[in-house]
Amino acid sequence: MRLKDKVSIVTGAGSGLGREIALLFAREGSKVVLAELKEESGRRVAGEIEKDGGKALFLPVDVSRSVDAERMAEATVKAFGQIDILVNNAGINPSRVPVVETSEEHWDLTLAVNLKGVFLCSRAVLPEMMRRRQGSILHIASAAGLIGCSSRAAYSASKGGVVGLTRSMAVDYAPHGIRVNSLCPGFVETELTHDYFEARRKDPVAWQHIIGLHALDRIGTPSDVAHAALFLVSDEAPWITGLNLPIDGGFTSVKRI
Amino acid sequence: MRLHGKVSIITGAGSGLGKEMALLFAREGSSVVIAELQEEAGRNVARQIKEEGGEALVFKTDITQASEVEKMVEETLKAYGRIDVLINNAGINPSRTPVHETSEEAWDATLAVNLKGAYLCCKYVLPVMMKQNGGSIIHISSIVGAMGCSDRAAYAASKGGMIGLGRSMAVDYAPYGIRVNTLNPGFVETELTRIYFDKLREQDPQKLDRIIGHHPLGRLGKPEDVAYAALFLASDESPWITGLDMGVDGGFLHCKRI
Repeated sequence: MRLKDKVSIVTGAGSGLGREIALLFAREGSKVVLAELKEESGRRVAGEIEKDGGKALFLPVDVSRSVDAERMAEATVKAFGQIDILVNNAGINPSRVPVVETSEEHWDLTLAVNLKGVFLCSRAVLPEMMRRRQGSILHIASAAGLIGCSSRAAYSASKGGVVGLTRSMAVDYAPHGIRVNSLCPGFVETELTHDYFEARRKDPVAWQHIIGLHALDRIGTPSDVAHAALFLVSDEAPWITGLNLPIDGGFTSVKRI
Repeated sequence: MRLHGKVSIITGAGSGLGKEMALLFAREGSSVVIAELQEEAGRNVARQIKEEGGEALVFKTDITQASEVEKMVEETLKAYGRIDVLINNAGINPSRTPVHETSEEAWDATLAVNLKGAYLCCKYVLPVMMKQNGGSIIHISSIVGAMGCSDRAAYAASKGGMIGLGRSMAVDYAPYGIRVNTLNPGFVETELTRIYFDKLREQDPQKLDRIIGHHPLGRLGKPEDVAYAALFLASDESPWITGLDMGVDGGFLHCKRI
């Protein structure tokens, strides 16, 4: 087991990538704190982990509120005594539009959750990691944070911000033995994005276009992302920090001409 | 075991990073072909793998010679029947100089081994992987291929070339289920580079401190740091990763203290 006796916090762990990451980490021996805004889905994933013999704790958390982030760190230490891993996964994408069409509300909301939430949760957890001089923080950014994707203004800004924050935190906390990396997934099908992809599957041209953006000719699965997360947070990557790792079937790095 | 039943070719596996990857891959269930110019070093690694209960063969190979590469691939197929993983690890760094001080001989030798050698190995392994409809190829490039580093003209050109080659192969062979990725290690201490670092320790400790200081995690790399990243990319745990070049570098490529 590659995360034996570790304690991990996964934000947005009630569904999608966060759920898959939480389940995999638990199977690899980690105790997992499910920080989730939606109580019902958070409790459901906790139940799944416990049924498999793992240890899980659901905490209701709005990552965009500093009091929630602080309480999350405190409750984790109280329950499990330490924090080894933080996965900043919670994110939203409420507006798939360019700048002119982006409402100020959507901009503020996207940045509050996707970028400020990452800052707040990291800030809340870092002192405990610094105290023990070890820890691994993984942000879930996006391919849209690395290259220009159409009609994703607020989302791209928030994820580009996460990419910059990754590098900045990596250099600031390396002296404390804390590694900071991000994953930048391409298009991944989850419960949340299922409807979006289902609509496009009905239009063969639109579907082929999305598939064709990825050299490997398929969209991603939550398992693709979870295994990359496992590698980066584990003790098998002790000399990797500041990395924004595309996990995208070739989306960001190659183009057919 | 994460490479159970697979067959991996690792060039330059007689020492350093290649040796570490060979040992790790064998422990994870892969049969390992050690393609190595220095036959004796290769045999020692194969012996160690077999002592641990693993499976390995050594083929004496000069990767700059097409005929030798072709023969190595044929022998691999004869012995194991398939090729799942190719790691282009063999490399040299004979001249630590800027362009105007780089001899044409050093340039040609560096490019021949580091870049053309990788191309030749791919050229003969790819048809096998295409027939199998699957495979994973990993180039061992360098931070020097991704960022400008002083006094490394020929080496930088060869390693930058590997990164470009990796991306190009990724898109061309994705339709065959073949993934191609590149690792960019930082300064790693191996049997070979230990001589260089030991000399610095004695003669220029400030330079060594500066080199270490370029890595935010505050230490030189170990061969196993790189081997585990290679294991991840070679294994079925990264089925949706291709065209990537990835620093294994203690933060070297991504950060700067101001």
